This record gives sequence, C-alpha cells and structure tokens, in this order.
Amino acid sequence: MSWASQENRYGDDKVFDACGLFGFIDTSGARHDGQAAIQALASMKERGNGLGSGYAAYGIYPDFADLYALHVMCRHEAARQSLEAHLRQGWRIVHDEPIPHREVAGVLDAPILWRYFAAPLGERPPGLSEEDDVVRQVMAINTESSDAFIYSSGRNMGIFKGVGHPEQIAEYHRVHEYCGYLWTAHNRFPTNTPGWWGGAHPFGLLDWSVVHNGEISSYGTNRRYLETHGYRCTMQTDTEVIAYAADLVMRKHGLSPKVAALVFASPLWDEIQHLPPQEQRVCRAVRQTYGPLLLNGPFTVIIARQGEMIGLGDRIRLRPLAAGIKGELLYISSELSAIHLVEPAIEYTWTPLGGQAIVGRLGQRPQPPEHIVRREPVLESELTYG
Amino acid sequence: MADVMLSPPQAAETVVDCRGRHYREVNEELRRLTEQGANNLRLVNVAGQRYLGTNLQRPVRITIEGVPGNDLGAFMDGPHIRVLGDAQDGCGNTMNSGVLAIHGSAGDILGHSMRGGAIYVRDDVGYRVGIHMKEYGDTHPVIVIGGTAQHFLGEYMAGGVLIVLGRRLPPDGVHPSRYIGAGMHGGVMYIAGRVNEAFLGREVGLMSLNEADLAVVDQHVSAFAQALGLDAAALLARPFAKLYPKTLRPYGRLYAY
Repeated sequence: MSWASQENRYGDDKVFDACGLFGFIDTSGARHDGQAAIQALASMKERGNGLGSGYAAYGIYPDFADLYALHVMCRHEAARQSLEAHLRQGWRIVHDEPIPHREVAGVLDAPILWRYFAAPLGERPPGLSEEDDVVRQVMAINTESSDAFIYSSGRNMGIFKGVGHPEQIAEYHRVHEYCGYLWTAHNRFPTNTPGWWGGAHPFGLLDWSVVHNGEISSYGTNRRYLETHGYRCTMQTDTEVIAYAADLVMRKHGLSPKVAALVFASPLWDEIQHLPPQEQRVCRAVRQTYGPLLLNGPFTVIIARQGEMIGLGDRIRLRPLAAGIKGELLYISSELSAIHLVEPAIEYTWTPLGGQAIVGRLGQRPQPPEHIVRREPVLESELTYG
Repeated sequence: MADVMLSPPQAAETVVDCRGRHYREVNEELRRLTEQGANNLRLVNVAGQRYLGTNLQRPVRITIEGVPGNDLGAFMDGPHIRVLGDAQDGCGNTMNSGVLAIHGSAGDILGHSMRGGAIYVRDDVGYRVGIHMKEYGDTHPVIVIGGTAQHFLGEYMAGGVLIVLGRRLPPDGVHPSRYIGAGMHGGVMYIAGRVNEAFLGREVGLMSLNEADLAVVDQHVSAFAQALGLDAAALLARPFAKLYPKTLRPYGRLYAY
C-alpha cells in the first residue's frame, strides 16, 4: 500500500467541505510566536476534519539565516540515510537534527522528520543560479524515492505539518516555540486527494510556501506546463503546482505579485475587453504567455516568501477570503471572525474582490483599499429595535 | 418589514457567553432558554459560531457581540437578530421570517434562497447576495444593503425585493458590482447610485421608478433606517434605478431546438 493511501484511515472517497486558511505578516519585522495562528485555526475547526494541518513561519532560524533549512520527512530510517547520502553529494551540511517534537495523543503514523541546515556545493551547471540549483536538487531527491521527501527548503523559514487537527500538529511540532514575523497556517479538509503527511499544507519550495482552500481543476494543464520548466509534482495534491508556479513566475521570471495575480486568476475575457487599451494589452499578453498557468476552479491561497505575503482568490470568488489591518500587521483569513479573535482592536477589515491580490511586504506599512473606512464601535445607546 | 410581531422584551437580558464554545452547544442553550421563556438574549464573545438563531421558531430578540459565523439565522423563523458589527457568509440562508439587522458589513450569499422576513445590512456585502431569493403568496423577502455589493448581486433571483443604497459612494460614484441579476427571473431590485451597464446580467432590464415603486422603496428604506439608527430621508434622496427580469423563464429554450 502506498504511503498516502495507508494514512487515509477514514477511507473517505470524496467529501465536500472547506479548508481553513490564516496568515499574518508584521511588516515592521517584529517577530511573534505561533499562538495567533494556532488560535485562529482552532476557531475555524469546522473547516478541517483532522486529516491535515500545518504552519509556515519566516524569520525563525536567525542563527542559520544564510543556510537552506531542509525539512525532510522519511517513512523509515533507511530512507532517511539514503536521502542524507544523496544530500552529502551536493550540499555542505553545517548542522542537522531531528525536528523537535513531542508525542501527541491522536497524531498517528508520524514519519521521521529531520532538518538539515546546509549550503549547496559550488559546482553547478552553467547558467543556473544558486536557487535554480536548489530547485533542481530538491526535485531530484523528491522523485528518486517515494519514501523520502524534502518539504521545506527555504532560508530562515520552515514548514511544520502533518496529519491531525491544527492544535495537535502545533503541539506535535512545538510550533509555539518559534518566533517569526510572517506566519501562514492551514486546516485541511481533503476532498479529492489523500490525507497524508506529505499532502498537508503548506507546500514549499525554496522560501515559497502555499496554503490553499479549494481545488485546482486545471491541475493537469498546470502540471504539464511546469514539468517543461523542470518542476516535478510528487505530493499527490493540486496545491503543489501553485508553489512551483509562484517560483517560476515571481522568482525566475520576476513578475510582481500583481501581475502574477493576472496569471493565476486572470480577469474574464468580457472584463478584459472593457479595460483601457494599455491594460487590455497587458492582460492579453499575460494570458497568451501564461495561459497554461491559469488556475481554474474555486480557490483561495496565501502565498508567502521571505518578506512578503500574498492573498489571492479565484476571479468569481468561489472560496472566502477576509483581510484586516492593525498598525503594521496585515491579516488574511478564511473567516473574518478569526481575525477579530486574535486581534480584537483590528482597525480595518474588508473582503477583497476575486482575482485581486492582497500583498503585505516587510518594511511597507499595510494600507487598506481606498474606500475602506476605519472601524468604529457601534454605539448601542443610539439604537432601538426596528 | 418583520412578518412577526415581537412581544415586549423582558426587562433583564439573558446573557450567553460564547467564548471558546462550539456552535452546537451554544445553539442548544439558545433553544433551551427560549423554550423556558427567555425572549431577550445577548450573546457575548461570539467568534465564528455558525447557525446562530436557527431552529428557535419564536419571535425573540437576540443581540450579538462579536463576529457570528457562517449561516447566521439559517432557516430562521421569527427571531429578530441584531449584530453589533460585521457578519460572515450565508446570513439568512433560506430564512422564513424575522429580521436580521447587521450594524456593519456582511459576506457572500447573504439571503441565499430566502423566502420571507427582512435582512438589513448597514455597510457592504460580498458576492451573490440574494441568490435565488423567492416569494410565494403573501410572503415577500426583503434585503436592504446600506453600502454596496460585490458581484452577482441577485443571481437567479426569483422573488422578493432587493435594495442597495450606496451610502458611501461619492455623489457620482459607480457600484463595483458586476453581473447584477445574472439569471434573474422574478422579484425586483432598486439601486441608488450608478451601476455599470456593460456588466448587467443578460436577463435584467433597467427602468425608472413609478409611484408604486417609490412607495415600496420608501417603506423598506424607512424600516431599514429605523432598525439601524440611520436617517431615512438622507438615504432616499439619491435617485434609484429599478432592475427587473425581462422574462420569467430565461432558460426556457436553452435545451429546446
């Protein structure tokens, strides 16, 4: 039996519900523990079913900030040793250890979770940047064996995930012990693909992480396109393609998040034809160039990388997304109530239009959209029942 | 307009603390309290609990502090709920009678399949508000939105009245709403403030209001203003447009050749 099918112990074939997303960035760079993310997800318990949860945090490894933090999951010790032998051929490993964890009732079938702080060795094919080389090596390792995967490969960031409810996985990974300026978190309700440790969100590559609610109906098209650019899909879940697509268009091709949003959630054709001529040209060019990376189907995602958090929903909003601002902090959540719960003094809240990217960037104080007014408490003394 | 008259409230509110509690437990407590005669309830520390106000079948007052979860007042029959702030998706899903008054904004599919009662939202709403709301006999659901709406307003609308006031739009402002009334085949919408006609649903016609329309708007906007503590005259000052379904069977010939 494959790793993935063994861990879907409910044997459920297809269930329709939702996933829960939450993320925040402190644009001042101040670091926070993971408590807000854990609390927010726990309050959206209904959105998950215990078959996956996870967290990504940025700024958590200041002592190894220049090294890639490779988080790996292995089905057994032999697989880990084989992965490590492979790593030692291409990497200088400065430090490695089991990912600290504690046993939690209800968290079953945990794989061996290990982390390597390492730098790629200098030799690389001409024309390949260091990041390209890391991508190549991660892809090579992840396709070599179905028993060992690198699921987090960024610098000064890390992904912590597994099969369980959000509080269970947080406790398992001792998530509250990390301090980061940017957190994203996910509560999973698998629908079309198995609930297994590798299939929990966030998905990552380099310092990218992606949490996702919905389904990517265009998975096959997206995957084939990404494979022509050297990416390999190994996690048996649609979300994976978003991480690789983000890497391709925003890191390699240098598109801004706003233009990337046009790639992933392009306006409808009849909207494009009503745009001013210059914008029409941009939208048409993007669709012509990146048609196979259009993400079709209902989705919202939070995509993060070092210093940046991006929230995006599909163009006709078939999945929910709420945003909020308090001072230097930008929040994104599946449900507004979770933002209020962790930040009772929230100053601005709004629901972005489908296809409109919400971007938080280190060093840039977040601003609400133009028409959003500051929240004021409702004065009950002025109200009567109608 | 409330279909059900509220009885005079009990002097003392019954306070229900929802902090950290699951919606099932909270809703069971509400059911028990109202069966015991409580008719003036206040829910405090609400944080995302779903289905509040469902299955009470009584004209009770409920005040909510915090952000209620999805499907607030789903299948609601009688209660008058006011939310002192924002609400989420699915408010008044298939609601039958009573009033939802939201002193803030609300999310998507507000009034989904609503069949009676009234929903008043002070500020803005999300996508697909009033989707497939319907009327029958003497039962006419009413939704009044103080601010503006996102896309697919009144999608597949089959009955009832949907009013959007554009309270915060600048004098010549245009609603961001696109695909208004896509698939609409019943009921009526009245919108103050300009709409982008290039993005109206194909099934919708646009016309000015006659005397009977003005009376309907006046009645519902007055009730809205009273429920939310706003000035009705100011809300009625802006010119309205009427949106109506061009046909009652837009897809009658879709598969007929």
